[in-house]
Amino acid sequence: METLAFQGLVGLSLAMYLWLLSAGLTIVFGVLGVLNFAHGSLFMLGAYFAFTFYGLWGINFWLAIILSLSTVGIVGYLMERFFLRHIYHLDHAYQLLLTFGFILIFDDAVKMVWGGVAKIPAMPGFFEGTVPVFGRLFPIYNIFIIGSGLLVALLLSMLFEKTWWGKIVRASASDREMASAIGVNIPTLFTGVFIFGAMLAALGGALGTPVRVVAPGIGAAMIIQAFIITVIGGLGNLKGAFVGAMIVGILSAYGILLFPVFELFLIFVIMAVVLMVKPQGLFGG
Amino acid sequence: MKKTLMVLILIAILILLPLFAGKYVIYMTIHILLLSLFSLGFNLLFGYTGLLSFGHAGFYAVGAYACAKILLAAPSLLVGIVGGVIFAGLVSLLLGLLCIRHTRIYFSMLTLCFGMMIFSLAWKWRDMTGGDDGLVGIPRAPLEIPGLLRISVAAMESYYYIVLVFSILAIFIFYRLVKSPLGLTLQGIRDSETRAACVGISVRNYRLISFTIAGLYAGLAGALLPPLENTVTPPVAHWSHSAEPVLATLLGGIYTFAGPIVGAFLFYIIKDIIVRFTEYWLICLGVIVLVLVLGFRGGVVSIFSGKGGTG
Repeated sequence: METLAFQGLVGLSLAMYLWLLSAGLTIVFGVLGVLNFAHGSLFMLGAYFAFTFYGLWGINFWLAIILSLSTVGIVGYLMERFFLRHIYHLDHAYQLLLTFGFILIFDDAVKMVWGGVAKIPAMPGFFEGTVPVFGRLFPIYNIFIIGSGLLVALLLSMLFEKTWWGKIVRASASDREMASAIGVNIPTLFTGVFIFGAMLAALGGALGTPVRVVAPGIGAAMIIQAFIITVIGGLGNLKGAFVGAMIVGILSAYGILLFPVFELFLIFVIMAVVLMVKPQGLFGG
Repeated sequence: MKKTLMVLILIAILILLPLFAGKYVIYMTIHILLLSLFSLGFNLLFGYTGLLSFGHAGFYAVGAYACAKILLAAPSLLVGIVGGVIFAGLVSLLLGLLCIRHTRIYFSMLTLCFGMMIFSLAWKWRDMTGGDDGLVGIPRAPLEIPGLLRISVAAMESYYYIVLVFSILAIFIFYRLVKSPLGLTLQGIRDSETRAACVGISVRNYRLISFTIAGLYAGLAGALLPPLENTVTPPVAHWSHSAEPVLATLLGGIYTFAGPIVGAFLFYIIKDIIVRFTEYWLICLGVIVLVLVLGFRGGVVSIFSGKGGTG
């Protein structure tokens, strides 16, 4: 029983990375209508930049995260401004193909700069150690991750429900033409939302740096997870992405424990069933 | 007439290839032929029917694993290849029934999902697929029709001719297929689903046919692989392998018959040339993808045939 409860906690911390990753993907899809195949690569870039600033250059942990987010934000700006902007009018297929091109570029660029070997930086001192939970030792860092994920969820919901900017974004997501007619600068807004989504992915990557392996190819692995989650929750649905991340995170944690052989298969079965029965996702209207 | 002549010259070159080319070129050519078949099937779905599949490697893998299993049990080349194709066709018919319920982005997601399901089986179902080790020691079995003939294809050059014969036949059938009413109907559905439905075309059935044929071609390409490599491993089912026909088709041209074949050729040539200078050839491929999507959506074939680049 305690093992199960503990494993739930492990799943919860995994779910938080997945949530940070998927939040940006689903927001960008909801507003821009673009499914960004390279979103996982932005997560990877966030991890690599954080590793460089914090692990290699010895910059303060918090500052390193902020710097990493800003750098990935710039990458996001360049992607949207000079590439994606030109293909919004085309079929979804071309947006998938274009962003797929970015996966290839980012993956190899990372190998060129940082080499093909996985990196494992040291843990920031104040997060070292464990606390006993359910009769086992749980890393303090994971508690910090769970806290951060929940905080981001709270801030995002406040941002979209309460602030002026959030309302503008929601208005543009539901009717682009109307928003444009009442004076919203749609191209600028799109750029802003894309940068925001990229930074959310980078946050997930950067926060994971001390505990997860930083390696080329994690972008391609993460994007599949993000697709599963956003599809289960409904493409473009933020609340759905949170619940989807919980489902996938906790299910993976129990799956590894209870049925390791078919854990991955089962998650894809869930995704397929949702797509076939309720393609707009569990929380879609 | 000029076109027919060019095709005949190309076939003649391919037949005479082992006379003047080394093992490496033969090996590369086999891979180009396999990717051509794989991409042709993919493009029947994408270019002709308007459905972008990101799980096509799943059917390639079904063909490859089924062929490998058969060859390990009964070493007869023909049985292995035909068995692989039939098995891949059945699986794609079954999954097609589920996938064609959607179009656009949901279709892409659903195919990605099923493809990865097949990948996870290949990777984890150790008893059946050998897990992450894959299946090894697959014989390049002789081509055998009991009581009639028995030809050894153990040499790479002999196996090359097997692949060549299968490829030419498959490409010829494909050509007849897309020029037939079936091909035109699929293009009609791509251009306007509503209009196609209004003239009494069963959109679903045609999409299913297209999906199944695409799966058969992927299965054929897959089934030809194990006798060449003597091994099959899970990465053939991974979604990044599904991206190969996508890239080849994009390179060559989506809305042309020869596009995927030209693209498969270019894919390997580009790789071969760039790898001589740098190991980071994917970054170059990525840049090529960006340029193609932004500026030349018709691919290389349409640039040279002057049909205009945007689709």
